[in-house]
Amino acid sequence: MAVIDVPRKRGTSHGIFRRRPFFTLACLVVLFFIACAAFASWIAPYDPLAQSIDAMMQPPGGDHLLGTDSYGQDILSRIIHGARYALLIGLGSVLLGATGGLILGVAAGLSKGWVEWVLVRIIDAILALPSLILAVAFIALLGQGVDKVTLAVGLSMIGPFSRTVRSDVLQVKSQLFVEAAGLMAIPRLHIIRRHILPNIIFPLCVQVTVRVSEAVLVSASLSFLGIGVTPPTPDWGLMISEGRGFVSFAPWMSGMPGLALAALLIALAIMGDGIREEYDPKLRQGR
Amino acid sequence: MTPLFELREVEKTFEIRRKGKKLGLRALDGVRLTITQGASIALVGESGSGKSTLLRVLLGLTPPTEGVALYQGRPIAQVRAENREFARNVAMVYQDARGSLNPRMTVEALITEPLRHFGICTAAQAPARVRALLARVGLAPEVAGRFPSEMSGGQVRRVAIARALASEPTVLVADEAVSGLDVSSQAQLLNLLRRLQAEMGLTLIFITHDLGVASYLCAEIAIMYLGRIVETGPTRAVLDAPAHPYARALRKAAPEFFAPLAEPLTGEIPSPIDLPPGCRFSGRCAYAQADCRLTDPALLRLNDHRAAACLHPLTQSFANV
Ligand SMILES: Nc1ncnc2c1ncn2[C@@H]1O[C@H](COP(=O)(O)OP(=O)(O)O)[C@@H](O)[C@H]1O
Ligand code: SF4
Ligand SMILES: [Mg+2]
Repeated sequence: MAVIDVPRKRGTSHGIFRRRPFFTLACLVVLFFIACAAFASWIAPYDPLAQSIDAMMQPPGGDHLLGTDSYGQDILSRIIHGARYALLIGLGSVLLGATGGLILGVAAGLSKGWVEWVLVRIIDAILALPSLILAVAFIALLGQGVDKVTLAVGLSMIGPFSRTVRSDVLQVKSQLFVEAAGLMAIPRLHIIRRHILPNIIFPLCVQVTVRVSEAVLVSASLSFLGIGVTPPTPDWGLMISEGRGFVSFAPWMSGMPGLALAALLIALAIMGDGIREEYDPKLRQGR
Repeated sequence: MTPLFELREVEKTFEIRRKGKKLGLRALDGVRLTITQGASIALVGESGSGKSTLLRVLLGLTPPTEGVALYQGRPIAQVRAENREFARNVAMVYQDARGSLNPRMTVEALITEPLRHFGICTAAQAPARVRALLARVGLAPEVAGRFPSEMSGGQVRRVAIARALASEPTVLVADEAVSGLDVSSQAQLLNLLRRLQAEMGLTLIFITHDLGVASYLCAEIAIMYLGRIVETGPTRAVLDAPAHPYARALRKAAPEFFAPLAEPLTGEIPSPIDLPPGCRFSGRCAYAQADCRLTDPALLRLNDHRAAACLHPLTQSFANV
């Protein structure tokens, strides 16, 4: 019989940037913020915490490109340093939520009987509350601070993550290759580790990129409500909140960090959607 | 000699809900089948006749509701639970070959898994083994590094067959392993299976709805209708002179082999949810008589090799066997 050589399909990973201009733009914006966060101390023209009575509430332009706040702190420097907190809290909490969701979702997806019943009820109970409300509740228990906000937002995201993980587990579990492995008498733990988990992790990673923007928004909201990060940390949510009282005569105080937050959120959302549309097998079937 | 597989009066009823009512769907009903070591048997029947369910019973994946399913004289469920021998000896090629392969594993990993799991070879020997198995099913060694998604349907079937052969099975069970492929891939795979059977002395249990495939590959045939095997015997003899009216109708509907069955008969197939009284084929049978609607015929011996589930087997045609 003739030996058949199978031509390999070309990977399309390079094509994605050319096919999706908005996605590419969003990636560049996110990269820009990551660079700001990474090199904040070198890029920022001023110390973000340096207060100055002489330079209070200066409008944008002049010495302070984006103006100063009511303490005379340089807003540009604070935004650059703020990127650090936004990304750190956003990523940290999403990873925390994804890890928790993975554990809870896999347990719920694989268990049977009353254990499954209890776990599903727990997930449903978490899901019944919006993540911001949950995060507020956790803050009330944990207290304020960067680490507490990360933890609170992370915990509040376990619900949605565990729901998608559980449905993925149920879907993968019913697939033929899992039955085929059972037919081969491969032990259950091996089947879970080798056949089920690898098929869960990838969609979970896609979920992570989709949900980073939500985490950034919730953490900024906590700070805006004055129950998240404590002053004088250069956090965007906090800065927007501090400028609120001066909106009529110094709108840049809230406006500049607001713009930064909006830009990052939109870029993250477009990036997440692009990755999901590109790699989510459920959406990809039509292609 | 104890047969390899023996099914005695196997019945499988699935509980289904329709319009809020619980109903029993009889996927298998009074199935009698004996498969000896080294045999090659084709299971033929229209879609929904219970072929896949019968395979699942043979593999121990579905417990029969009634009757006994034996492997070497012992209940299949018990044999399967005991150790890995059954899993190693009885390998399966799924109808949906792609679905039966983990999409996140390379061909190499997919074939190495049974090799290592059954201790066929050491980790160091595995790559060479994988390549030998690939060569055996007619695939180039470079394929080892690829994922199933990078391969065509015919290639994936070959990988599935190579994987099934990895455990050095004595029985190969295949559910429509060549259907849906283009003619040349079908022919290549059939040749491959036939060669493997000759070389390795495999027992082959092969589901198909193609009489040509059945007669090419299998010495024996079992024809199913609505959950029951209605005729068994040597493939040639059965197809040359069918004893059961349904087998005859099938044969007449497929004058040319190697063409999938078209809708072979007039009349509706009854639903397996409420089977007609008497013979399940009576509504469509050209030879039906009054007693056919009263008595449900069981699969009975006609001679040493053949059996049919019919009250009035076609003896004229049967006489020339
Ligand atoms: N798990 C199941 N639950 C309910 N009904 C089933 C199940 N599996 C098969 N059936 C029914 O049993 C009958 C036989 O199915 P199957 O064995 O798949 O037939 P075939 O393989 O010959 O097409 C069909 O009517 C099918 O709908
Ligand atoms: S038993 Fe009667 S109805 Fe059934 S196949 Fe035989 S002749 Fe036809
Ligand atoms: Mg089938």
